[in-house]
Amino acid sequence: MVASILPLSLDGVVLRKRGKHILGPVSLELGATGCTILLGPNGSGKTSLLRVMHGLERVREGRVGWAVPLEQARRKQAFVFQTPIVMRRSIVDCIAYPLLLDGQSRVAARAQAADMADRIGLHGDLTRPAFVLSGGEKQKMALARALVRAPELLFLDEPSANLDGRSTREIEAILHALKADGTRIVMSTHNVGQARRLADDVLFLNEGKIVESADTTTFFNHPATPEAQAHLKGDLIP
Amino acid sequence: MNDLWAGLAEALRLVLRLDPDLVEITLRSLQVTLTATAIAALIGLPLGAWLSVNRFRARRMVIALLNALMGLPPVVVGLIVYILLSRAGPFGVLGLLFTPTAMIVAQVIIITPIVASIAHQAIRDLWSEYHDLLISLHTTRAQRIKALLWDSRRALLTAALAGFGRAIGEVGAIMIVGGNIDHATRVLTTAIALETGKGNFALALGLGFVLIALAIAVNLALHMLTRTERSSQW
Amino acid sequence: MTPRNLLLSMAAFALTATFAQAETMKMAVTTSFANSGLADVILPEIAADTGIEVQLLIVGTGQALKLGEQGDVDAVLVHSRAAEEAFVDGGYGIHRREIMYNDFVIIGPNDDPAASGAADAATSALAAIASVEADFVSRGDDSGTHKMELRLWKSAGVDLEGDWYKAVGQGMGAALNTAAGMNAYILSDRASWLNFGNKGDLAIVFEGDPVLFNQYAYLPVNPELHAHVRNDLAQTLEGWLTSDRAAELINGYEIAGQQLFVFNAQPE
Repeated sequence: MVASILPLSLDGVVLRKRGKHILGPVSLELGATGCTILLGPNGSGKTSLLRVMHGLERVREGRVGWAVPLEQARRKQAFVFQTPIVMRRSIVDCIAYPLLLDGQSRVAARAQAADMADRIGLHGDLTRPAFVLSGGEKQKMALARALVRAPELLFLDEPSANLDGRSTREIEAILHALKADGTRIVMSTHNVGQARRLADDVLFLNEGKIVESADTTTFFNHPATPEAQAHLKGDLIP
Repeated sequence: MNDLWAGLAEALRLVLRLDPDLVEITLRSLQVTLTATAIAALIGLPLGAWLSVNRFRARRMVIALLNALMGLPPVVVGLIVYILLSRAGPFGVLGLLFTPTAMIVAQVIIITPIVASIAHQAIRDLWSEYHDLLISLHTTRAQRIKALLWDSRRALLTAALAGFGRAIGEVGAIMIVGGNIDHATRVLTTAIALETGKGNFALALGLGFVLIALAIAVNLALHMLTRTERSSQW
Repeated sequence: MTPRNLLLSMAAFALTATFAQAETMKMAVTTSFANSGLADVILPEIAADTGIEVQLLIVGTGQALKLGEQGDVDAVLVHSRAAEEAFVDGGYGIHRREIMYNDFVIIGPNDDPAASGAADAATSALAAIASVEADFVSRGDDSGTHKMELRLWKSAGVDLEGDWYKAVGQGMGAALNTAAGMNAYILSDRASWLNFGNKGDLAIVFEGDPVLFNQYAYLPVNPELHAHVRNDLAQTLEGWLTSDRAAELINGYEIAGQQLFVFNAQPE
């Protein structure tokens, strides 16, 4: 039985960029199960927090600690960006890329990638260049790529922010299935409805700090802080 | 104006009857410049990629230096290579002076900065696109360079062709280190210089038109070859 | 030519390129000598008679002697006595062997505005050009031709100041091109002039003064200084260049019915 990379703990983490304060101090612990939604208005630091957790930003203050050594932890997580990063390759080669990094043969990697594309619901000729895909399809491809190495933890940064209704539904359906499968999900969104649909627990951020942290029922029915209350009502936070 | 028409006529005449001297110097031009381009690409393309993904203190200076080296006067390079390869010089024992090899060496020095600089620019743009993804996937530096080089291959081909273009028309350096020896180191550009010096403008122009046609042909051939790729558009 | 034939000729070219390294020697010669066209006549004869493929490096006199000093060539053929003697005295060459001479001529615009053709000596002809400040193109490259020109100016007592005197720093052909383009006067060796393809409005305006003599000498590079030079081949070539066969070819070489060189090698 392979050791879980979770829990993930952040301790007094502060992120500054070019002297400007972006995030923190933030302390939290992510348990081994469920779907955590980072909710908050634009500019509240959701994206930054996700990037810090995944190791895309280096912090000089505070600690980010996994249950296993960092090297091991990095292999078992994946990240889906708000705007999908599309490599200049065919669709199947894009999805297969992480497997090639692991040293798999091109043939085996492509087969596995094609299988994943099918399960995600990405159809059509996979040898087409990836840039011909629509926005929604690109995001599905990014998701397939993120899942192809069966990660234990999946980060998503506002994955459907730029997508239309139908694509959003399809992405959410995939996320529901992943939840059922036991994949740990940490996702940011500014869409309250989406948060409601997917969250097991919520971290509410404002101005770079975690203002409120609760399970989904508590948060949406009895938000404790005025900032959360305002945001849930659809008001701007004063 | 008469000279231009005479030049065109001369070019056609030389090509149509496949003048043996013309064939010889054309092949040698291709031999020298294609070899130099291949070597410059082997050095310059990975160098351009490496400079894009690596962060070190002197990086900005190295990139500025690389860009500046694009303006290296070829005749100065030729002079320096001559001094190095001369019998009285440090590498004289190699006996490379006045051989096509010496010409290749000089041209590699001249065009590698161009190839590296253009490659670096293209790859830097792609690197900023791929940055988050490649870091997220926990790639090693070598893996990043490999992915960037492969995915920017069209731009890299342009870089190599830019080097080729600079080299095929170069005459100052290879005149000095090659010596323009008949049947040994004479190429199209040095032959043009020689014939111009003799006042044989029609012949010089004819050779010039052949050179232009050659450069265009190589470019077209390479673009056609790469389009036969079945997979991606790039 | 079929593609197959083309491939075969390429292969042949590649092969001969390597094979040709058998008996080759490198000789630095001046642009004046090369432009005369004499080389194209005697090189094949040399190859046939001695088996030596002589590779010519066509440069200015100064560069030719420099190549000899560096040991980058096996022999030098130039026409600048003072520089040659310095070369030998410096130990770079074994000796200088006179081979042949041609003469210099003064070239200028057809209508000769300086009336240099009427002069009775080369120096006066040049003085005439200077006095009207007519455009004059000089080699300016320390070559044999250039040194001859400077000697003449000095004898004529002319001060080379002024826009009319243009030192281009190029070989004979390139300098002639410039003169043709400017319709200027220029000192040239007869051979280069006759063989020059872009005469424009220029013509010979002055010739015949014995002081315009141009002696070519052969300088084998000293093997004691540079052990790798093919002194054996250089000696064989010297023998050929001073032979009756060479005399026959050199004296017999004509352009437009005019003999260009006079063979004057002395037996050793």
